[in-house]
Amino acid sequence: MNLVAAFFYLFAGLTVASAFMVISTRNPVHAVLFLILAFFNSAGLFLLLGAEFIAMVLVIVYVGAVAVLFLFVVMMLDVDFAELKGGFAQYLPLGALIGIILLVELILVLGAWVGGGVKVASIPSAPGPAPGSTLTNTESIGNILYTDYIFYFEMAGLILLIAMVGAIVLTLHQKAGVKRQDVARQVARTRDGSIEVIEVESGKAVFPQSAKEPGP
Amino acid sequence: MDDAFAALTTYAPALPEIILALGALALLTYGVFRDDNAAKTVEWLTIGVLAAAGWAIVAQPAGDQILFKGSFVNDDFARFMKLLVLAASAFSILMASDYLRKMKMDQYEFPVLILFAVLGMMIMISAGGLIALYLGLEMQSLALYVVAAFRRDSVRSSEAGLKYFVLGALSSGMLLYGASLVYGFTGAITFTKIAAAVQTGGDNIGLVFGLVFLLAGIAFKVSAVPFHMWTPDVYQGAPTPITAFFAGAPKVAAFAMLMRVALDAFPAIANQWQQIVVFLAIASMLLGAFAAIGQTNIKRLMAYSSIGHMGYALVGLAAASQNGTRAVLIYLAIYVVMTLGAFACILAMRRSDGMVEDINELRGLAQNDLTLAFLLAMLLFSLAGIPPLAGFFAKFYVFLAAIEARLYTLAIIGVLASVVGAYYYLRIVKIMFFDEAAEPFEPMARPLKLVLALSGIFVLAYVAYPLPLVEAANAAAKSFF
Repeated sequence: MNLVAAFFYLFAGLTVASAFMVISTRNPVHAVLFLILAFFNSAGLFLLLGAEFIAMVLVIVYVGAVAVLFLFVVMMLDVDFAELKGGFAQYLPLGALIGIILLVELILVLGAWVGGGVKVASIPSAPGPAPGSTLTNTESIGNILYTDYIFYFEMAGLILLIAMVGAIVLTLHQKAGVKRQDVARQVARTRDGSIEVIEVESGKAVFPQSAKEPGP
Repeated sequence: MDDAFAALTTYAPALPEIILALGALALLTYGVFRDDNAAKTVEWLTIGVLAAAGWAIVAQPAGDQILFKGSFVNDDFARFMKLLVLAASAFSILMASDYLRKMKMDQYEFPVLILFAVLGMMIMISAGGLIALYLGLEMQSLALYVVAAFRRDSVRSSEAGLKYFVLGALSSGMLLYGASLVYGFTGAITFTKIAAAVQTGGDNIGLVFGLVFLLAGIAFKVSAVPFHMWTPDVYQGAPTPITAFFAGAPKVAAFAMLMRVALDAFPAIANQWQQIVVFLAIASMLLGAFAAIGQTNIKRLMAYSSIGHMGYALVGLAAASQNGTRAVLIYLAIYVVMTLGAFACILAMRRSDGMVEDINELRGLAQNDLTLAFLLAMLLFSLAGIPPLAGFFAKFYVFLAAIEARLYTLAIIGVLASVVGAYYYLRIVKIMFFDEAAEPFEPMARPLKLVLALSGIFVLAYVAYPLPLVEAANAAAKSFF
């Protein structure tokens, strides 16, 4: 057993184990932390495959952004996860049955495939780097992402914009009568508009003559 | 300078999409900076942007133009479908403006989101590969999920948005799974390369597996039975003008996508997908006919009606021939016109205390407003497929194509289903003309009158001047064969 295989089993085993812990642990914060562990180990698997760019993206995007966001949500929303899991035992037999059926089907199909029962004419392989090229895969992705795949790239950007607009439309409530800070108005205030000099006659009260506008 | 000019001419085939994208971004910026009372201006500017995109399509030369390494195909078929989508969307926005103002929902984001949805639909129609298809679909769907839930204070609208989102995400998952299998077994993402790989490699079980998932994902978007469950709830829950939009343009775009996948990528194994399409067609026609009978809410009824109509259009696709494709195109065009007209009538069902949606509220409409009752009755007759109205010819071409392709059972079931379907359309006509009059509706808004009049004229006049539409559909159908 060489070193690569050893690392593969290490990463793969830890991924599966931590994925299992995500769904079985009682504490939701622990679940998210196990999820992060699973992401890290998957990144390790990608590194073994030579896909260092995807590995880094997985760490930066999923661990750095998504999982941390999850953590915030879990800690801020006071959801009773124990109650959510209440039906677990009730649905376990049915779920297990479906899982076993799917597993048996997969084994049958794979068995027939490996045993030659299914005739596959010729599966063309996906295009890969030319043999002997010294490009790293980060470079090769960079070479095509903004040239050949610019169409997809721009569309993905627009989709993210739509998601943002949608989230704002659906959640932002404009309340009437809320006092907001208006920087432009604050800066535009002058002394003349704000201060009044009033001669106070003795024995009389002072009333503000022209409260021009409420201060910001 | 020369480089810039060269780039302009290179990307000219995508000009309509570029106009839509830049227009949407500009209107969004305008709305953000002028957030009070921007809605009305943005609505009109949106219709202007849609018209500009339509003009750009009309100005394009005929023939195929391929961009972005085959992932963007602009052919006669794409132009036909895009014009249909643009027209349906522009009229939907026109019909929505009055309603949105009365419901105090007139935010500038609404037309901008519709514009983004239309951009997604155009990309779906022009998709030449699996990635472009998926991205276009997501762009359209994301915008549609948001507008379905646009009436935030209504539980039903939020429910509609959520249901649409969850089931849409599920269908996207199926589509992606299918696409990954297709890519795995052909090694190609563009439809032409997939078609070549299928031609030489023949069908194998993995590829067919992927095709089935791909079609299931798309059938969700077309709302063909058995993937139709979301349709009635979303149609009923979403605000009515948005339902009108849902029933028109997105259906056309999803159907265009289905035809691209079936006819561009997998013509070599047509016998495989034909079985699936025949099943979807039969199930949709029958469910559309029988489930609509018991409905009392007119928006729900229109949902089942649209499921049925998608079934009839699928009959044309099942023929897998040039005539079948032409029939589908004509069917979709006529369907969109009839549906928009019918929704103009539904939007007119307003009393002083708000909108009503129950079919019984239409009783005795003929005594209160004979013109409206007459036009709605005509549209319903047309939806039922009664000659000499346009809806009859739509069904006629589709069944003719099925018979030419020797799909006799399919054609017979279709005709029987349309007889059953006629019952529920005629029931509304009976309620309008022969029942005792209810309280009259408020007078119709002017845009609704315009849409209803145009739709009525089209439905009536099609029998006299069928040639322009038929010729256009014929030219569009040639792109595939």
